[in-house]
Amino acid sequence: MTREEIFMALDEIFQDEFDDDAIHVDETTTADDIDGWDSLEHINLIVAVERRFGMKFKMAEVTDMKNVGEMADIIAERI
Amino acid sequence: MIDYTELKKLSRSSAAGLKKIRLAILGDCSTQHITTAVKGFAITRGISADVFEADYNQIDAQIIDAGSELYRHSPEFVLFVMCTEKLRESFYMRDKDSRAGFAADMTLKITRYWDSVSAGMPASVLQFSFPYINDGVFGSFGLKEKSSFVYQLQLLNSMISQEASKRKNVFIIDINAVQSRLGEDKFFDSKLYYIAKMPFSLEALPYIALRTVSVIAAVGGNIKKCVILDLDNTLWGGVIGDDGLEGIRIGELGTGRAFSDFQSWLRGLRERGILLAVCSKNNPETARLPFEKHPDMILRLDDFAMFVANWEDKASNIVNIQQTLNIGMDSIVFIDDNPFERDQVRSAVRDITVPEMPEDPSYYVSFLKDLCLFETASFSETDAGRTEMYRQEAQRTSLMASYGSYDDYLMALEMRAVSAEFDSFHYPRIAQLTQRSNQFNLRTVRYTEAQIEALAHSDAHITRYYCLRDRLGDHGLIAVVVLDRMPDGALFISELLMSCRVLKRGMEEFIINDIVSIARKEGFETVVGEYIPTPKNSMVADLYTRLGFTEADGRFYANVSEFKNNKTFIQEELLS
Repeated sequence: MTREEIFMALDEIFQDEFDDDAIHVDETTTADDIDGWDSLEHINLIVAVERRFGMKFKMAEVTDMKNVGEMADIIAERI
Repeated sequence: MIDYTELKKLSRSSAAGLKKIRLAILGDCSTQHITTAVKGFAITRGISADVFEADYNQIDAQIIDAGSELYRHSPEFVLFVMCTEKLRESFYMRDKDSRAGFAADMTLKITRYWDSVSAGMPASVLQFSFPYINDGVFGSFGLKEKSSFVYQLQLLNSMISQEASKRKNVFIIDINAVQSRLGEDKFFDSKLYYIAKMPFSLEALPYIALRTVSVIAAVGGNIKKCVILDLDNTLWGGVIGDDGLEGIRIGELGTGRAFSDFQSWLRGLRERGILLAVCSKNNPETARLPFEKHPDMILRLDDFAMFVANWEDKASNIVNIQQTLNIGMDSIVFIDDNPFERDQVRSAVRDITVPEMPEDPSYYVSFLKDLCLFETASFSETDAGRTEMYRQEAQRTSLMASYGSYDDYLMALEMRAVSAEFDSFHYPRIAQLTQRSNQFNLRTVRYTEAQIEALAHSDAHITRYYCLRDRLGDHGLIAVVVLDRMPDGALFISELLMSCRVLKRGMEEFIINDIVSIARKEGFETVVGEYIPTPKNSMVADLYTRLGFTEADGRFYANVSEFKNNKTFIQEELLS
């Protein structure tokens, strides 16, 4: 899976979780950029991403990741 | 199963037109996801839940403070979510010598929560059971070691069940069933617990919400009362019309064991008070054959409230069953292996529940149990008995339809009545009937048990109670008569009442005939009756004239030697 494909899949996940088709994420997107991305939604996103890509984040990664780019890095490393 | 993301969207959808309930959720762990899942799932069941969710770990504060948000919300339901992980923390914080008393102490704490809530408001209390964890400290040995966590956990679950059974308004929600259904890995995600104190995985939440909402609905009176069943490939493998009695798969033959287990599960439902009915496209004799002749059948004909086998469409038959049993269509579940029949019924019958059965019969039971269709909020031994009366009444109704005339039907009922003097065994029931009967009651004289006893011993009175039964069941003691020996040589009917359950069976004819026959034996020439009108007893205003008495001066007279017995199909049964 290319990095572009990963981001396309992430777009779908974010759009579904936030119920907003206009959402597009990139390397630098952070929680501040998306309305409603609080700690609760963060958990929902993590679980959705894990299910979509068939991989698991480590506990520390869940709390430490700074932007969607870092999330994509971890995904790329595990699939 | 609907997933969590869908539930989240539903939880935000419009509540217009839905049934509203008020719910409070209190937990010692993170409960936001549970709240969302329960709200979302409730919407799928037509319920809009107005939820107050207490802040993290605020159970004590909310309960102790009489002015807290909990009480101000005035919820109809209070849900306690306590997680096993928290339980384990407090278990190991204890001195190890006191650990054997852990479950008892926790039970005390939890029941105090329940009782404080119940004392503060008229709410139903819902308590999640504690999911199972063997933490491995003692391994399997822990199951026989009182001071181990796993031993105390098991004990706690069993103790809160015991305590809940003493309280009508407390309901335990079986979260452990979800855990064993999904497996510990899918049920719980320790990463999410450590990051966010989430006691359940997102995958488990829809199942937990299903259980919770099913209990809430059941407490609200939304329960299933009847299962209507197809026969071929539903209750047995194969087609009875083609394969014959020896060819259908049930019991040890081929895959028959799966059908036997399904039947025994249904029988359990029946014994719990759920009505079973058959709706099958078959010749009636063919359909009955396995129930009558096959040695491995677990269900028998008398397990069914109704048995409908014909070649008409199932939707019409189901409507007929529903009307005969006189229960709501939304309380009926229809089970059929054939997708075509299911679709037809679903589209033609509003509000009925038609589960999309798995193709493989080996999954029938596990599939159905996961749907939580048969939640209930009460159970008593009389439930099973009341069901039996339902069944008998339904059989009477369908028997009636099958006879050309009402007389034929009455004859076919094979009714037998007992007529006997008051006896001490029946004093309470006799007194109760005089106090409760309003409609079929000629003079509405009320008696206490002591007065009934006095009448029984009085030489000035002749007393009679009547019991009725028929080939379908026993109605019990249903009528009371008190006759006064008058100084002028007449017999006066000072009490005549009957339960309305047995109207139109010829029972009143039987009683009047019996009274005149008593008068004859006792040497009275005249029987005198009186009707004292009340707002409720107009149905018996013309009883005496209808049954052969003549009216004069506001009373009714029968001449014993000229009296002709009224027609009745009830045989007298002599007490042995």
